[in-house]
Order: sequence, then structure tokens, then C-alpha cells
Amino acid sequence: MAYTKRHDGRKPDETRPIIAKAGVIPKADGSGYFKIGNTEAYAAVYGPREMHPKFKQDPKQGLLRCTYNMMPFSGQGNRVRPGPSRRSKEISMVMDNALRPVLDLDAYPNAVVDVFVELPQTDAGSRCAAISAAAIALADAGLKMRDMVAAVAVGSVDGMLVVDLDYEEEAWKEGNVADIPVAIIPSTGEITLLQMDGKVKKEDILEAIEHAKPAFQHIADIQRAAIKERYAKAGDQQ
Amino acid sequence: MNDALKEHINLALKKGLRLDGRKLDEFRPIAIRTGVSSTAEGSAEITCGETQIIVGVKMDIGKPYSDRPDSGTLMVNAELRPISNPKFETGPPSIEAIEVSRVIDRTIRESKTIDEKSLCVTPGEKVWMVNVDICPLNHDGNLIDLGGIAALAALKTARMLKLDENGQVDYHEHTKEGLKLSEMPIPVTIVKIGENLLIDPTDNEMRVADARLTVGVLEDGSICALQKGGPTPLSLEEIGRMIDLATVTAKKLRKIVETAK
Repeated sequence: MAYTKRHDGRKPDETRPIIAKAGVIPKADGSGYFKIGNTEAYAAVYGPREMHPKFKQDPKQGLLRCTYNMMPFSGQGNRVRPGPSRRSKEISMVMDNALRPVLDLDAYPNAVVDVFVELPQTDAGSRCAAISAAAIALADAGLKMRDMVAAVAVGSVDGMLVVDLDYEEEAWKEGNVADIPVAIIPSTGEITLLQMDGKVKKEDILEAIEHAKPAFQHIADIQRAAIKERYAKAGDQQ
Repeated sequence: MNDALKEHINLALKKGLRLDGRKLDEFRPIAIRTGVSSTAEGSAEITCGETQIIVGVKMDIGKPYSDRPDSGTLMVNAELRPISNPKFETGPPSIEAIEVSRVIDRTIRESKTIDEKSLCVTPGEKVWMVNVDICPLNHDGNLIDLGGIAALAALKTARMLKLDENGQVDYHEHTKEGLKLSEMPIPVTIVKIGENLLIDPTDNEMRVADARLTVGVLEDGSICALQKGGPTPLSLEEIGRMIDLATVTAKKLRKIVETAK
């Protein structure tokens, strides 16, 4: 039986409910929170600060260093062992690439902007939630940015093109599934994160991303609203 | 930097003041929310001043220790990740993280809060392993007390998992049954700064503290764990006063843990 109706009743291009906030971690220089369904990410920015180890310093520009970490109880199955894994290191690296294009760090030679992301619970789409939270945190830190970065997984489940797959869809057994995490720069539509696993035709990849355009705009609007709300609040207090 | 901070905090204390305006024996307001992580068997988030911690309980089936074949296992771990404070770094657990883990572990273990025999599935072969992970999101002091209290709230609300016909854990099916908890050991940390004894220290107060004592207090007022920290020695008289202060404070904290659902 083909997948014609999403198991949770969503429309094909509909994301799960989203909550976004800025300024959630007082110790940090900037912070963001992004929850989509039961996938939840906290991001904190520390810096620009001096890069350690020193040999990694770049005298021409500041560097971005993302660290993605799942809390040990945040996985769908067994406890996730603390400490870096191949998976978390790879995700940290693709996060750098997803976010760096919108940042202007020329004014910070030899410095690093650290972004730490922690996830208390996940239900698929965790790298996209991490990127969306991190983009809010970078803006909250007051760093010079060309635009937001909005991320969500797109894909196909047994022939149906969908946005924001949850765990149940990702693990769909009765047909082919393609899971395609994507991050875009909303104003230009440029893609800064693209991964895929599963089985899919070229046309479907392009169409799935095209079909998700309103969802990316929706996420970017929520991210910007979170920043605005934070500074409207800060203004009221003064 | 700590010298200037220390002088500043001590000057204020001479006037009976703390930098955030609290009295010496005043706790910051605490809020506990449970069920914050859908992937954990039990979870709680505690906020107290600017300290915010998420605790999750995860269970698994494993082999018991050979010297205790009919007992399940408990493990408490604190992840002091760099998201929560600029002084934390990535890498293996710091000594601070290890101490937080071990002191909370000790209060829960020594009070026999969890009936480890009730975690036995098949003696010598299969027992439940209970993992408690304490993850600060923002660290502004007093991680042992707040992590310990949140751990109790998370344990209290944890639900057991179903085992399928092969004896494997089904992480998507919880039963209505909870863990059998007999005690609520409350850890209370007292810090000594100059001649003053303070409860619920902030990050800055922890940094300048001369000594500290964490006391695990049980419901009947008896004590299940102690840990002295900091470079300065304590007199027996001071230790007595610190335990008294911890006992009084634990009574108030116990009410908060009891109302957490």
C-alpha cells in the first residue's frame, strides 16, 4: 500500500509545530531554541574569542566552530554514549558549512565563534533543528549576518514528497524512503546543507526541495520573529 | 580576576549582603518541570535563578555484576558541556563533572532510594540498568543540589519499559509502572566564604569559596553522604553548623521535590 496520507495527518508540505526563542542561555553571548515536533535544540554562541588550539588560528578571518551533541537520553532507542562520535563530528562539520556563508567574520582575525548545540529529545530532523537554532543564536549574539539560515528535512516516503520527516516516516518499511536534510539562505534560495540517504530519482530530489520552499520561508519567519520578540522584550525593560 | 571578585563578595558579605541581594540562608526560587524529554523514560528540568538543568533517565537491560547477581544497576553522570558556561570545554569529563556525578550518585546509592533487587529480571543474567544523566544548559552555580533534586524528580516520574517476547527492550512502549523509590535524599551544599556560611551558591560564589560541604539529608534528618570541597580546612564546630543549616534547608527543598509531578 502506497503512502498516500501522512501518519500524523499533516499535509505533504506541512512541518510539525515549531517553537523558536532567542536569548535562552544567559551565560552565552547569544543563544537560540528551536523545537519542531518532538525534536528540540538549544544553541549557544560563545565568542568571538581567541582560537585555541593556536595553530588553528587564521590571521585573515574569524572561524566558526560548531559542536553538535545529543544529550544521552535524547535518542529514540538506547542511551547515547556521551562524548564525540563519528556521527556527531560529521554533523558538526556540515553545520559549519551550512552557517558560515551568511557570516562575516573578517573583523575577527585569530578568533573563533563557538556554537554549541545540545538536544534534549529528538524525533528525526535533529541536524536541521540544530542549524535553525544555531542561526537564531548567531543573530542573537549580534554577529554580522547576510541572512538567516533555515533548515528542514525534505524527502519522499513511498512515492510521496514530504517536508519534515519524523522518525516514523524516516523508518517507513513498506516502501523507499529518501531523507534529504537541507538548509537554505532564504533570500537567495542558495543551499548550504545537502545530504541524502535512501533511494530516490534526480527529479524527485529537485522537486522535493522546490515543493518545500514555503516551509523554508515559514521557518525563516519564525526565526526572525524569535529575534524580534527577544529585543522587543529587552526594550520594554529599559 | 578571582581575587577582585573575592574581595568584592567579601566586602558585601561584611554588610550581610550577597551580590544578588539574597540573605545567606536564602535559596533562589526553584521551578521544576517534569516530562520534558519524550525520548527519556523519565525527565525533569529545574530552574533556579539562572541555573537551568535538564535531567533524563534512560533504562536498558544488561548483565548484573557477578558479586550481586540479583541487583539492577544505577549510574549517575553529569555532562558539564560547554553550552552552559564559558569556562567549560569539550573533551573528556573534567574533575568538576566527575565530582558532581559522584556526589549525587552517592546520595542516591547510599540512601538506597532505588530498590536494586526490584530491577532484577532474571538473576545472574538480566537486570535493569538505570542511567541518570544530568545536563546543565546554563550553569550559574550549585549544580550538585539542583542536579540532585532534578534527578529525584526525573526518577520519580520515570516509567518502566516493556520487554518483547525475546526479552529485548521496546523503547516505544512504556508500562504504567514506575521505579520503586523509598527515600528522597536531598543534597545541600554549604559554602564558606571568609567567616560566612551560605547556601545555594552562584557560580561566582563557588569560584571564591574557601571551603564547601555537601550534605545528603534523609527524611528523618539522618545523613547519607558528605563531601568536603575547597582548599581551606573546616573546624568541627563549623561542620556542625553546616550540617544544621543543610538539615533546615533540606526540609524546604524536600517539599519542592514532593510536589513535582
